[in-house]
Order: sequence, then C-alpha cells, then structure tokens
Amino acid sequence: MPEPSVDLARLARSVAEQAGRGEEIEVYASRSVETDVRAYGGEIEVLSQAASAGIGVRVVVGGRQGFASAGSLDAAVVAETVREARDNAVFATPDDHVGLASPDGVAPAGLELWDDSVPSTPPERKAELALELERRTRSADPRIRQVSSADYGDLAVEAAVATSTGVLAGSRRTVCSLAVSALAGDGGHTGVGISAGRRLEDLDLERAVADAVLRSTRLIGASKGRSGRCTVVFDPRVTATLLAVVASALSGESVTKNRSMFAGRVGEDVAAPSVALVDDPTDPRAFSSAAFDGEGLACRRNALISGGVLQGFVFDTVAARRAGTVSTGSAVRGGYASTPVAGCRAVQLAPGHQSAEEILAAVGEGLFVQSVTGVHSGVSAVSGDFSVGAEGLWIRGGSLGAPVREVTVASTLQRMLHAISHIGADVEWLPGLAAGQTIAIADMAVGGE
Amino acid sequence: MAAQPDMLVDPNLAQRVLARALRRGGDFAEVFAEDRRATSAVLDDGRVEELASGRDRGAGIRVVVGETTGFAHTADLSEAGLLAAAEAAASVARDGESRTVVFGDPKGVAVSGALRPGDAVPKADKIALLGRADDAARSAGSAVAQVSASYGDSRRRFLVANSDGVLAMDDQVRSRLAVSVVAVGDTGRQTGFESVAATSGFELFDRTDVAELAVAAARRALGKLVARPAPSGAVPVVLASGSGGILFHEACGHGLEADHVAKATSVYAGRVGELVASPLVTLVDDGTVGGEWGAFAVDDEGHPAGRTVLIERGVLVDYMWDGVRARKEGRSSSGNGRRQSYRHLPMVRMTNTFLLDGTADPDEIVSQTPHGVYVAKLGGGQVNTATGDFVFGTTEAYLIEDGHLTEPLRDANLIGNGPEVLSRIDAVAGDFAMTPGTCGKDGQSVPVGCGQPTLRISSVTIGGTAGA
Repeated sequence: MPEPSVDLARLARSVAEQAGRGEEIEVYASRSVETDVRAYGGEIEVLSQAASAGIGVRVVVGGRQGFASAGSLDAAVVAETVREARDNAVFATPDDHVGLASPDGVAPAGLELWDDSVPSTPPERKAELALELERRTRSADPRIRQVSSADYGDLAVEAAVATSTGVLAGSRRTVCSLAVSALAGDGGHTGVGISAGRRLEDLDLERAVADAVLRSTRLIGASKGRSGRCTVVFDPRVTATLLAVVASALSGESVTKNRSMFAGRVGEDVAAPSVALVDDPTDPRAFSSAAFDGEGLACRRNALISGGVLQGFVFDTVAARRAGTVSTGSAVRGGYASTPVAGCRAVQLAPGHQSAEEILAAVGEGLFVQSVTGVHSGVSAVSGDFSVGAEGLWIRGGSLGAPVREVTVASTLQRMLHAISHIGADVEWLPGLAAGQTIAIADMAVGGE
Repeated sequence: MAAQPDMLVDPNLAQRVLARALRRGGDFAEVFAEDRRATSAVLDDGRVEELASGRDRGAGIRVVVGETTGFAHTADLSEAGLLAAAEAAASVARDGESRTVVFGDPKGVAVSGALRPGDAVPKADKIALLGRADDAARSAGSAVAQVSASYGDSRRRFLVANSDGVLAMDDQVRSRLAVSVVAVGDTGRQTGFESVAATSGFELFDRTDVAELAVAAARRALGKLVARPAPSGAVPVVLASGSGGILFHEACGHGLEADHVAKATSVYAGRVGELVASPLVTLVDDGTVGGEWGAFAVDDEGHPAGRTVLIERGVLVDYMWDGVRARKEGRSSSGNGRRQSYRHLPMVRMTNTFLLDGTADPDEIVSQTPHGVYVAKLGGGQVNTATGDFVFGTTEAYLIEDGHLTEPLRDANLIGNGPEVLSRIDAVAGDFAMTPGTCGKDGQSVPVGCGQPTLRISSVTIGGTAGA
C-alpha cells in the first residue's frame, strides 16, 4: 500500500501553495485499492489485489499550461513532477482563456458514495461471490454451453483537488460489480449479465444470472436479417450507449472547437418534443454521481434538452471562457495522469409512462436490438453518422419474435433524436455515464442479406 | 558505451521476492518491474494547448497454483514493497512446498535500438512537428474548420524474472504522430484522421513527411463533405493496401489467441489442420518486424518475440500462445504474452498481424469488380470471438461502378463473420502495407501492427442508409 497515511487534501494544498508570482498551480492526488476476481470452471482463475496512488500537476503561467503526472506520492517524485509541469508550460501557445477554476460559491451536494464493506471485505468472500455467480449461471439453463467469464470487481478511490486559486475539494467513493458472460447453443450466442452498486449488499447476483441467461438463450437459432427500413426498439443498455455518444456532442470542449453536431444550435429543435435530457451528477441513483468535478467545483444539475429544444452545453473552466460563459461544474478527468476536460457525468433521459412490453405492442412490427457493436468506429458525434452492428429479435405482432444476428442498423443521430416515438418508464441505472430505458426510433435502415 | 543499465530490481532481490511468492507453494511465480516515461503534446484550435509528461514505475507479481493465478502490484520497488506484493499474490496458494529459484543467462536487450529516444529530444523539436501538421492540414482546403495534431513518445523499460529461471529485460521506445481534421460544408461536418507510429525514436520523423500525413487527414474529411450515404446490404468489397489489416486482426486474429481457444470461446477451437480460409490467405503474426508498432525484443513474460504462421494457404496451422497457456499444453510460448503495464496481468495478445502478398494486380482487382465498395481506409473494429461476428468502420470509401471508383461514401460499419469472410477472399494483390493501431482486450490496450495487400471479399454487409 503506497503511503496510506498521507492526507491527500493536505498534500494537494501544500503543493499548490508553492505557486510563484504570476503562476497558478492545480494538484490532483488520488489513491485507490481494488480487487478483481474471475471464476472459471468452478475455480478461481485470477485473484488480483492492487493499490495505486498518483499525482497530476497543472501549472499555468502567462496563459500557458503545462502538465505532468506520476504514479507515486513520494515527496521527491512530487517535486520532480511540479518541476516538469513548469518546464512543459514554457512550450504552450499563450491563450487568455487558459486558467484554473476559482471557487464559485455553489455548494456541493451531500452524497454518501463510500461504504467500508468494499475495501474491508476479505478477498476470500469476494472470490466466493464470483464462484457462485459462475456456478449458478452454468446450472441455470441446460442450453448454457459455457460461462466464458464470471467476474467480481471493486474499487475504492479517494481523491483531492487543490489550486492556488483557492479551490480545495476532497471526495471518496466505492463501487463494486458482478459481470457474467454466458454462451448458449451451438452458435456461441453471448449474453452478458451485470449488477453493480456502492455496497456489496447492493449486488443482485440472481439478476445478473437471469440477465445473462435470457440474453444468451433467446438468441439461439438467430439468423441474418434482410435489408429494409423499420422501427427499431433499443434495450435500456443500448439506449445508455446511444445517450453517451449524444452526451459527448454536448461537451463545451467539442462545441467550442467545432467538433460537435450541436454547435450553434442552442434554442433549436434537435429532438422529438417528448425528449428531455439532463446531466445530473447530484442524483445519488447514478453510479457516476459525484459531489465535485475534476477541477474541484461542485457538480450540479444541467439541463441539456427540454421539450426537444437544445438548452445548452456542459463546460469546464477553459471551455466556458472560450464560450464566454462560466463553468457548469462539468470537468471530468480520467485519473491523475490526465488533464480535466468538459464532459457529462450522469446523463438521464426523462422517463415516459410505458413499459417495454407496451412499447413493443405499440410498435407492432420492427426490430428489437439487444446489443450493438462498432459504436466507436461507426458512430460520430461530429457528423452524426450512425452505423452499428446489432443483434436482437424481430418484433412481430407487437411482441418479440425470431432472433436475428449480423445486421447493421443505420441513420444519423440528428434524425434518430427527432424520430424517437416512445420512451419507456423502465429506467436502468448502469455503470457508465448514462442511464437507459427502452426507446423506439422510427424509420431506421437495417442492413442484412 | 553506457554504464551498466539500471536493472530496476537487482536479480538477487528478484530471487528473494520469488522465493517469498512461492513460500506456500505454487507452480510458477513471476516478478515484472517496469519504468515508463512518456511525453505527449497536443495542438488544437491553432494553439499548442499542452505538453504533458508522465512517469510510472512499479512491479506486478503473480503466482500460479494449478488453474488459479494470484496477482498484486505495487509502486514501491523497495525490498519491503516487493515482498508485501509477493505475499498478497501468494494468498491463492495453500500448504504447498516452498522452493528457491536460480536464474539462467539474461535474455533480451537492456539497450534500445532507438537512435533518438523521446527523453533525449528537445521539447521544442516535438512541438515543431505539430505546427507543420497544422499548417499543412489548414492549407488543404477552405472548408477545413478544425485541426488537432498530437505527438506522443514513450520509453518503457522492464525486467521480468520468473521461477523457471527466466531473467529478461527490454527497453521499448515508441513514437507517434496523429492528425485529425474537421471539415464543414453545406452537408454538415465530416472528420478525417491519419497517423504514423513506430517502435522507434524521434528518427521516425526523419523518414515521415508530416505535411503529407496532415494533408491526407484533411482530404479524407473534405472528400466526405460531398459523399453520398453508403449502401445498406451485402456487396463485394475491395480493401486497399494497408487500409484494412484490422479486418484480419478482428475477424480472425482474436479467435486464434490461445486463451479464447482453451475456453472454447473461439470459432477456431479444435480446427488446426482444417481449411478455414480461402487458399489465397496466409496470415502471420510477427513481433520481430523491426520498427513496426507492435514489435519488441522480448514479450512481457520474458520470452523472445516470435514469428508465427497462423494460417497457411487457407489451412489453420497454429494459435498464438502466452506462457501460462503454453505451459498447460506442454509447449513453448510463441512470444505473445503482453500486458499494458505492471498493473496488469499478461495475456495472449497479437503483435504485428498481417496477410501475405498474393499475385494479382491491384488495379485489375478494381476493374474486374462491376459493382461494389472500395475501402481506402478503415477505422476501428470489434469481434465476438465466440461467434466470429465482427464489425469495422470505414473512414474513407468509394462506390465501384463498372470497374471504376466513382462517388465517395459517408462512413459506415461493415459487418460480417470471420470464417465466412476469410473464405470469400477471391483476389489478393502484391502491394502489401502495414498500419499501426491500438488493440483493446479485457480493458488492456497494447500497440499492434496490422497489414494486408489490396484484396477483394466477394460479399460483405455494409451498414449504410441507401439501397444496396
């Protein structure tokens, strides 16, 4: 365990206070412990235990920013990291918009995101969970041919941000999850079941098993589809994936740099009137909820789309200055080794009133998509072009029919947002930056044989 | 000649750590110590936004007992830190016999072949590359609305020692430059991307025309402003030389990794000796190709990089192996045990994976295709190894009509099944070229090379919005 006794906030503040005249310094320090267990064939395949700590330092001087990071909180390494960040700042192009966050008076939400059960439960107990997950999935249905992985994973992370401009924020959170991947039938049809929470007791093993079994077995016998156009119904998990791409186009960073399909469109109709989208990291139901953003400002609820009309974007300090506005408390950072950037954290689409079954009945004929592939290669938040591989089931007579695989589903994000015809009430809170529910989108191109 | 290189962990200490790791028994133990330094620089919106440096140093220790692996890592390379990690990794062992380890002669090189590793290059020289790229991309057309250029270099030194007596080191120096462009027109926004990356020092840029690379990215974005929607449905597809090695990486490479094979989550399990592809297909994985993005001296388990013929004239010859899988099969590793960093366990990974040349003429392949899609550049891809179903996205493509390239097409995903697509390759040219990429598996990213000559697949499903 590296330096377990170091007070991260005190360390960050003491380094930030070293800022010289005309210089701003931001220090992000974090420390985490994690356990990962994979069960396979009735045995523990891997038991991994790890502790990490690191520091990331931004120096801004004369509108120039330099950054350096190190995977250690050792005093000598921290000092070298500060020197290196200062040296790096020399090479940036001066930009008046560059600077660190200053306290903005917004109070942080009171969120309890930590549970001691995650770091303190012995690894043997966690290993038992993974073994039980595998055993139950394997025996749940005779059509399950293989459980290719059954994983337990957790993370307990503490972080602090301090700046020479007066920001000081500390936070800690725990997450734990179960994930199982089942293969059904001779075709190797794959279904993944997941359950996640902040406390071990939040984990719903039965649900993960049932999910993996349903999703794999209902694809048995799937055949390639025919090409044509139809209404497509997305499973909640697929909707969450779709919303995450839409959210990336709502980043002030993308917008101010001409890399978003939403640039210059605030106040315009960008979606069907039933669409209301918010980014609300203060909602404790979101797995990615947080009291503070990556620059140490309080996270807050930001409306993105209301009544189908684009309301605005999310900003960190620099993107906000470029756009002539103020930070929305939406700086996200990937860890101590990367700089903060404007981004959504907990996106939710306002739920409708129908269940998934009611939506299928209303749609009548179409394609139900259980999972998609190729999102990173086939969906662009810049152009809006949308083309993914999909598997799922045909919708026939208002309910799920024959399984289908190896089809493409295509449109543009712009058209899809306008063509949302039904929004389900069945919101699923999932790991990642968006929640999801069943939605139906009219008139998409399905490519098959 | 440099002084004795820093070995990160003294071999005598490594012996003590391995002995501790095997204190309660175990079939195998390994210590992997790594020191990684990296620099990156980004020019965006006409400004050098940031120069960043990263430093990471630590060790990962694993203990294998039967089918179970225990793993722990630490950033503390002191004796106390390493022994504590060894204890944690050993927690999977019970009541076994302890034993000691004796190392053989060190394998691998401790000195990189790179002429100018990034840490020896002035920062201003790195920044200058970005300015050249920005200027060139912006001069490619008035519709160019945004340019981002990023430079990165890394130096990764490691020592790996294990209870089989292996003691090996490597010093891997990599350099990369990427340009991405947004063009805006009446039809909306489009993007273009191009990159160069190699296992090399800064000398990579002596042989790279940075302006040409930036213009290629800009042309890709500009061309798509006037592109029509791609067709939807099954069509013949011609992949340009070096454009689509990702197809073989995704469509069959992952399925030939021994971990997928052993778990029967590969469509290629149990099929060695069978015809699994068109006889025109010979597929090789080769970590020894000097300078390529996926090349190295020894893999992350201390085994020398190797060349493995996977498919020869359509027949499945062998899989790729790491140490753990090879040990179970009583054979040797093929040098495919790789990990992202000391924080990760090694697993079977590709290095540089490519399809060998055929004899057809690339122009004739197009002229003999009455109707189809010509892919000049592919983006990323993804595969389900259990079914062989994959997707990969086009980033520059054209319609083929009456044997000629006609209109540019907007981006779309191609979808197919690995074994089916491999059997449908009906023409392979002799104009082989490689492309660098990043491969993700189980949350770990490693640099890989992909390559192929111009070739045609008689039928692939393309996911556009227009009629096929």
